[in-house]
Amino acid sequence: MKFTKDWLDDHLKTKKTESQIVEKLNNIGLEVEKVEPIKNELSDFIVAKIIKAKKHPNADRLKLCDVDIGKKDTVKVVCGAPNAKDNLLTIYAPPGSTIPKNGMKLEVSKIRGETSYGMLCSESELKISNESEGIIDLNYKFQSKIGKPYFQKKNNSNVIELSITPNRPDCLGVRGIARDLSASSFGSLRGTRKSKIKKEIKHNIRVKIEKSKNQACSIFGSCIIKNITNTESPGWLKNRILALGLRPISAVVDITNYVMFDLNRPLHAYDIDKIKNRIIIRNSKKDESLAALDNKKYILSENMCVISDDEGPLGLGGIIGGKRSGTGLNTKNILLESAYFDPEITRKTSKKLDLNSDAKFRFERGIDPHSVKEGLEVAADLVINICGGKVSNFDIQQIKKHETSEIKFDPSIVSKTVGIKIKTNDVIKILTDLGFNLKKKGKHFNVKIPSWRPDIFGEIDLVEEVIRIMGFDNIKSIEPDKKRTKPTLNFYQKHFHLAQRSVASKGYFETITWSFTDEIVNNKFRENIESIKIVNPISSELNVLRNSLYPNLIYYLEKNLNRGFGDQSLFEIGPSFTGKKPGQQITVICGIKKQYLNSEDSLKRTDLIDVFHIKKDLIQTLLELGIDKDETKIVDKTPSYYHPGISGTILSKEGNYTLGCFGALHPKIITNTYGFEIFLENLVNYKSKNKKIKQSLIFSDYQKSDRDFAFLVNKSTKAQDLIDVIKNIDQSLIKNIKIFDVYEGENIPSDKKSIALKVTIQSDFKTLNEKDLNEISQKIILTVEKQVSAKLRS
Amino acid sequence: MSDFEKKILDYKNKLNNTKDLEEVESIKTEIFGKSGFVNSEFKKIGSLSVDEKKNIASNINKAKQELLEIFKAKSLDALDKDLNEKIKKEKIDVTLPEHEFKIGKVHPVSQVIDEISCIFSEIGFSVEEGPDVENDYNNFTALNTPENHPAKDMHDTFYLDENMKTLLRTHTSPVQVRTMLKGKPPFKIIAPGRTYRSDSDQTHTPMFHQLEGLHIDKDINMGHLKGCLNYFIKEFFEVKKIKMRFRPSHFPFTEPSAEVDIGYRVEKNKIIIGDGDQWLEILGCGMVHPNVLKNCKVDPKKYQGFAFGIGIDRLAMLKYGIKDLRSFFECDYRWLNHYGFDPLDVPTNYRGLSK
Repeated sequence: MKFTKDWLDDHLKTKKTESQIVEKLNNIGLEVEKVEPIKNELSDFIVAKIIKAKKHPNADRLKLCDVDIGKKDTVKVVCGAPNAKDNLLTIYAPPGSTIPKNGMKLEVSKIRGETSYGMLCSESELKISNESEGIIDLNYKFQSKIGKPYFQKKNNSNVIELSITPNRPDCLGVRGIARDLSASSFGSLRGTRKSKIKKEIKHNIRVKIEKSKNQACSIFGSCIIKNITNTESPGWLKNRILALGLRPISAVVDITNYVMFDLNRPLHAYDIDKIKNRIIIRNSKKDESLAALDNKKYILSENMCVISDDEGPLGLGGIIGGKRSGTGLNTKNILLESAYFDPEITRKTSKKLDLNSDAKFRFERGIDPHSVKEGLEVAADLVINICGGKVSNFDIQQIKKHETSEIKFDPSIVSKTVGIKIKTNDVIKILTDLGFNLKKKGKHFNVKIPSWRPDIFGEIDLVEEVIRIMGFDNIKSIEPDKKRTKPTLNFYQKHFHLAQRSVASKGYFETITWSFTDEIVNNKFRENIESIKIVNPISSELNVLRNSLYPNLIYYLEKNLNRGFGDQSLFEIGPSFTGKKPGQQITVICGIKKQYLNSEDSLKRTDLIDVFHIKKDLIQTLLELGIDKDETKIVDKTPSYYHPGISGTILSKEGNYTLGCFGALHPKIITNTYGFEIFLENLVNYKSKNKKIKQSLIFSDYQKSDRDFAFLVNKSTKAQDLIDVIKNIDQSLIKNIKIFDVYEGENIPSDKKSIALKVTIQSDFKTLNEKDLNEISQKIILTVEKQVSAKLRS
Repeated sequence: MSDFEKKILDYKNKLNNTKDLEEVESIKTEIFGKSGFVNSEFKKIGSLSVDEKKNIASNINKAKQELLEIFKAKSLDALDKDLNEKIKKEKIDVTLPEHEFKIGKVHPVSQVIDEISCIFSEIGFSVEEGPDVENDYNNFTALNTPENHPAKDMHDTFYLDENMKTLLRTHTSPVQVRTMLKGKPPFKIIAPGRTYRSDSDQTHTPMFHQLEGLHIDKDINMGHLKGCLNYFIKEFFEVKKIKMRFRPSHFPFTEPSAEVDIGYRVEKNKIIIGDGDQWLEILGCGMVHPNVLKNCKVDPKKYQGFAFGIGIDRLAMLKYGIKDLRSFFECDYRWLNHYGFDPLDVPTNYRGLSK
């Protein structure tokens, strides 16, 4: 919403300055977006100098000029004036400007094959005089003004632009702004203009609102004005229209726009001579169409509110008028419309058609239904003043009553909400100034809500009115209590934070990537989860919710590779979606590691990574999160995006919680890259069901002995199976088992491998002698040979 | 002097004159080897009488002891000399690069969330969370944002179904709804998390982070709201004083509503938070609308309180001088390394928030 101080003065008698007003507006919730000099119709035209005027290559009478317009580069302008010559100081009109003489809007154009950026002007084109021979020849004093507007600003007033919140349609008119300011003791609201117009003729167009279901229009007021001379608007009106950032069109159109911004009362003017028989406000039929004033044709669907005559739609109620009945400079007789349209239906229609307008913006927020008559009066008055003509009686069709509602209000709630004592008298004054009508009823007030405030429903809304006008500055800050009754983080959250820092401490850089990703990539990772599509994605590459953190991590890893970063470890902790319902998501910590081998590296790398590096990172992270390795087991079944032969899944010992996965990523997805995932909810659930208490430390001081074994086993036998078997032989004696060699190849059958391991044997009660040691060793050999079909290598 | 004594003397001289470890070792074998001097001397005494045996053996042992002492000293010397030579040769250019220690980094958003949790922990807030996918009711309706209202336009919502019933939450406010519905007042929570709006340009990303705050009790008023935010902003920016301005605004879920600006000035291209004559909008807040309380089964006649929402990414940008919001999500290795935090740099109340 834009306005100027002098416009405000029409409604508010105040001695406050513009800057005081700007500050106040901010303080009462009418946020000032910017204050900038008013854009004059003539401020486009700037002083310029022809640097070089050459002959147009394809036309004898035209010249091609290099023009200095005060910018870094000169511009090329094709000019037909005989006086165009080198070093001439003149006036330049840039593309986009409108030539006052003929209202022509300049565009970048090709003239006989040469592009011309703007135009050099004659006096008559700028309406300075009737001189049309040649372009303006300014005297040398203008040399210092190149690039500056030629026309001095007539006044130095500013346009104040407000960002009005959707709850305050009343402030989409200057009068509403003035009312708020007057309530904040910033002047007094002037009375409304009394209508002096004589209604000399008879309204002779039949208007009817059809009483159908979902009828958006409940009031349709109109009057007829005959024998007008539609013209250009007078200066004061043009300036207001310009201040709004609009282009003046004609007096009739400018007046309807002016009243809309002045009183927040949208109006529409029809050329009566183009209306067939009568006006009927009805719901549209399917596939009806409207050629609208924005030069677009809209195909309507059912139940949109149209203003129509016997021929078809004349306009979309509360949104836009149609071209067929539009007014022009030759229009003689008009019908002015001032109506009320339902906010919701208007909004729905405009959304469906993707059509925005100033009127729609207002109707969907709620227009004062009681302003129908005032709108007609003010506009008709202006029309006959500017264009002459005779006004008819007002025809007001209404099919629904708009009653003002009442609120029972206890003023003590104000102090209770804001925390400072506010006197009831102040409350009454502020609300009264804002247009509320208060009647005392015992301890309460009955408060009548003004018809222009559709945002007020209950007591709390009145509290806001009072405190925003009083100023939030008056509220005293209360120091917060430093008391904690609940732990800050719950069990899960503690693990989240620990996991994040635990992984980061292992060389991984934390990233945050989108929760959505490219469906094509995601398909490689979603396993059997159904694709979760976003109906209105920001781009086709971000069109599904991710079912894994890998797609985005890999995407950014590759981007970094392209930036020249070979070795990378990235991770993310965040949601992975398992369904489209709220809550169907899990938290995954996903790490990814890539080693880039550069053949130019002369120092031989000793840190080549393999699956055991990623496994180490995962196992250590789990350990730091409180899960010992011996509480877990590893199986080699993993999701399909891992290399089937080089990956594993870590489960709780009993197999009922999947804690994580690790391995080489599938080479078809990305080569030479390792990754791991930890499923945080599973981990936390496992932990909360398996709470451990740290045992007191017991250790044996008796001598321990190591025995080495090498077993020949089937290739498919897993090292873990061997360890599990040995561990269970005698837990009181076998303290540790460590695999130190795995061998396949020469001297070994091709379907076998050799696993060498060191078993640490120690008793808590005595020093074991040779006999004891042999006994347990034999037991180990026999059990392993029996249970995993192994053979001791000699 | 007997042959024996002469031989001993010889050996002693020989030993004293040598400096080479190898030579020392060979003399050692000559004397103490299997068929060395000592052993052969002992062999010689086999045929002698017991007394003579005793006498000579004692001499041999004495000489053996003496020689051993010399050997010990000699080999220490020689070792020392070798070591000295070895050390002399072992010259490494220590300006060559060290072995890389790979410590990772924590994303600034995570760091800031930890800082925020830390501050609010001190004044008794606990952390709540909610799902990223929400239903229309929790995201809008329960929060007093009616169907078909222009207030909904302020959120460019990503929808997951054509009926626009499931969506990606546009703010963290639905966590208020969930928290109140599952518990009983009083409520004193913060809820950080991912939020989504279909908007992408220089200053907007389709995903960003918000922090929700909610404090509901019997008599929590706007003074508490002001105090709480003032405390938070001061602590977060680690300044003693902060200039703050509450401007009335409109959010469907709070009434009265306010936007909060903080004072700042620009010094050498850097934003200095705290004072100055420029204003920066950083958050929205207000008293929770009675309709919201009703929708969440909290009696607005008995309970009242405030809520606020802050953009976490923006806070991080301000505090750590990060210029471009989009860079948070671009995962550029250089950026992560530069703006990321050492994982050991955990914000705590006793140590302070930042290093």
